[in-house]
Amino acid sequence: MIRIIAILVGLGFTGVVMLAFVTGAWTAATEGMGEETAEHVFHEEAKGPEGGFSFDGPLGNWDYAQLQRGYQVYREVCAACHSLKYVAFRDLAQIGYTEGQVKALAAEWVVPGIDPDTGETTTRPGLPTDYFPSPYENNIAAAAANNNAIPPDLSLMTKARHGGTDYVYSLLTGYEPLPAELREEFPEFETPEGLHFNPYFANLNLAMAPPLTADGQVTYAEGNPDPTIRQMAADVSAFLYWTAEPKLEQRRQTGLWFLVFMLFATILAWFSKKQIWSAVKPKRED
Amino acid sequence: MSFPWAKQYAPTNPFMRWMDEKLPLPRLVYNAVGAGYPVPRNLSYMWNFGVLAGFFLVLQIVTGVVLAMHYASDATVAFGKVEHIMRDVNWGWLMRYAHANGASFFFIVVYLHIFRGFYYSSYKAPREMIWLLGVVIFLLMMATAFMGYVLPWGQMSFWGAKVITGLFGAIPLIGEPLQVWLLGGYAPDDAALNRFFSLHFLLPFVIAGVVILHIWALHIPGSSNPTGVEVKSESDTVPFHPYYTAKDGFGLGVVLIFFTIMTFFAPNMLGHPDNYIEANPLSTPALIVPEWYFYPFYAILRAFTFDFILPAKLWGVLAMFASILVWFFLPWLDKSPVRSGHYRPLFRKFFWFGLIPCMAALFYLGGAHAEEPYIMLSQIATAYYFLHFLVILPIVSSIERPDPLPYSITEAVLGSDRKAVLGENAEPAV
Ligand code: HEC
Ligand code: HEM
Repeated sequence: MIRIIAILVGLGFTGVVMLAFVTGAWTAATEGMGEETAEHVFHEEAKGPEGGFSFDGPLGNWDYAQLQRGYQVYREVCAACHSLKYVAFRDLAQIGYTEGQVKALAAEWVVPGIDPDTGETTTRPGLPTDYFPSPYENNIAAAAANNNAIPPDLSLMTKARHGGTDYVYSLLTGYEPLPAELREEFPEFETPEGLHFNPYFANLNLAMAPPLTADGQVTYAEGNPDPTIRQMAADVSAFLYWTAEPKLEQRRQTGLWFLVFMLFATILAWFSKKQIWSAVKPKRED
Repeated sequence: MSFPWAKQYAPTNPFMRWMDEKLPLPRLVYNAVGAGYPVPRNLSYMWNFGVLAGFFLVLQIVTGVVLAMHYASDATVAFGKVEHIMRDVNWGWLMRYAHANGASFFFIVVYLHIFRGFYYSSYKAPREMIWLLGVVIFLLMMATAFMGYVLPWGQMSFWGAKVITGLFGAIPLIGEPLQVWLLGGYAPDDAALNRFFSLHFLLPFVIAGVVILHIWALHIPGSSNPTGVEVKSESDTVPFHPYYTAKDGFGLGVVLIFFTIMTFFAPNMLGHPDNYIEANPLSTPALIVPEWYFYPFYAILRAFTFDFILPAKLWGVLAMFASILVWFFLPWLDKSPVRSGHYRPLFRKFFWFGLIPCMAALFYLGGAHAEEPYIMLSQIATAYYFLHFLVILPIVSSIERPDPLPYSITEAVLGSDRKAVLGENAEPAV
């Protein structure tokens, strides 16, 4: 009885899903598998800088000089629009700045404060314990200043997109005029006023104007590579990977110890298992 | 229960003797996972996954309790609290990554445990109750994992919760009030986040309770084995300790090597980048998907796109729940007297060339965009899924002619069992 019911229920579900299949197949056959869109055809996969990042691969690590350059690019360019709200100035000690340098760097920023005498809101120089301030009062102000798009917080950006650091690098270096082939294939596609074409962005038009526009836009200290657009883009992308994953170094180091320990323990476990089972072993062959 | 030849607990240490009189807990352990539990001598590594599931349950509870010390289920701060754990709490990043990847590994080992059950028909008498409790555990695990994924309050947390609770809206009449009641509002917000946290903390302990029942039920008939032939005599078994403690220890080591690699070197590989964006009810992600371990059921849900009497959405919801509920009936749908797939040639073909590719496809399709050809493929896979369990299994099990079975486990292992020749009075083989 139960098997009869089961077979009926099974055929029921199968029948309904096959009906859906047939209607879907009919639509696909008569109308094609859905239209190709410009976003589909012209979207490009993220590519990292030539030679990759120092932290690529399972054992890669930070390049402190690069992170410090990236910090400089963030401060001088991106911070005009983007916040970094999960990072505190004290965290900069993790990328090779001394305690004194961190204090000095923090003091270069203006953060909201409270006047100790009147209790009114004012501003004051940053302290190491402060978090990076937001460039805008609130989201409405941010949207108003950016053509209705809110510049997202960058703390976790390199973990919040497919492609991670490579994506940020590609986005910063990928602005170009609308390609002629795209214009031909999709004549109705356009980049509206205030948006900018970038093949790495999911819908190809984004509200951020190219932030890195000229070699030497940021002046690097003596002994650093030339601040070309690509170099600055790579440096700030690396810095943003650190802001997203500050424990990378500790994680990989701990992981290595764990792995060595687990391999050793597992080999021991294998031998003890062999040893214990040797007494009952007589298997078919002997 | 035990087989008559099971070793008896006989402590010599005076303290242990005293303990045994007052509270025989050591005796319980001895009989459950010690030398007092005789286990078939021929278990393959597929029998490791129960113990491994137990390990990951404990790991989830330990890491989860630590995470809860630093988390707050308030929608305005939850996302930031998780970042606080990742950045400021000592070893917080390790707790969180271990918990997130631990959930994935828990599902990996439980899926292997369940598929072991499908292949060897471990669900059959006398082990129906073990299986039924197992399905209950799996449902509880799904609920727990779903609610846990909401807690970091990222974009996928929010939209996943919205889509899944929205499914209740498909139920006629009571659907919408039910959905509002479950969420405490029209969309996931503080009320939902708070109750999900509360339940996410509670359910693992409920699971632990059901696992105890599962193992209790297991100890009545004892474990099955790759031949599916029941234990007949002492030569068929070895004591759990040290034989299977050693074997499980090795298996645990191997799985932990993979777990270490994932947790420390690719901790976000199984996650979704969108969940590093704070929840935003005003911005819908391009693709809303659950965690990978729900993909097969999500694929089944989305396969129903045609309103046949009932709305397509309701069919999808019914089918998704039915796809797990059918497991409850397996002990009575599969009427073959033979358990192990080794001796069931026709069943085995449907298992390897039907069920396994079908599940692989559903796993892939559940994560794909809802567009052609993925929809058509998931419709074919869904059709096979229901055919397999509800039509093929009952029919195959009544028409197939199984291969000859060995007389006993001993014969399967040693090539001969003296008892098979000399009868019950023969000396047992060693
Ligand atoms: C003039 C203001 C401005 C400056 C300066 C600026 N951005 Fe942006 N950025 C925006 C806006 C506005 C958006 C939102 C774009 C959208 O959603 O269309 C954005 C978006 C982004 C995104 C997210 C793209 C996505 O996938 O959603 C990244 C990454 C980014 N900016 C990086 C940077 C970096 C790195 C810098 C510094 C080199 C920088 N931005 C400088 C305004 C700015
Ligand atoms: C928290 C999750 C679970 C834990 C900790 C757990 C634990 C165990 C353990 C320790 C065993 C004995 C060792 C073994 O045979 O692998 C076992 C056996 C078994 N489990 Fe589970 N289990 C879990 C989930 C499930 C689920 C979801 C199912 C099925 C839907 C299931 C079905 C079975 C069956 C049928 C057996 C007996 C197998 C046999 O003897 O051949 N279990 N379980």
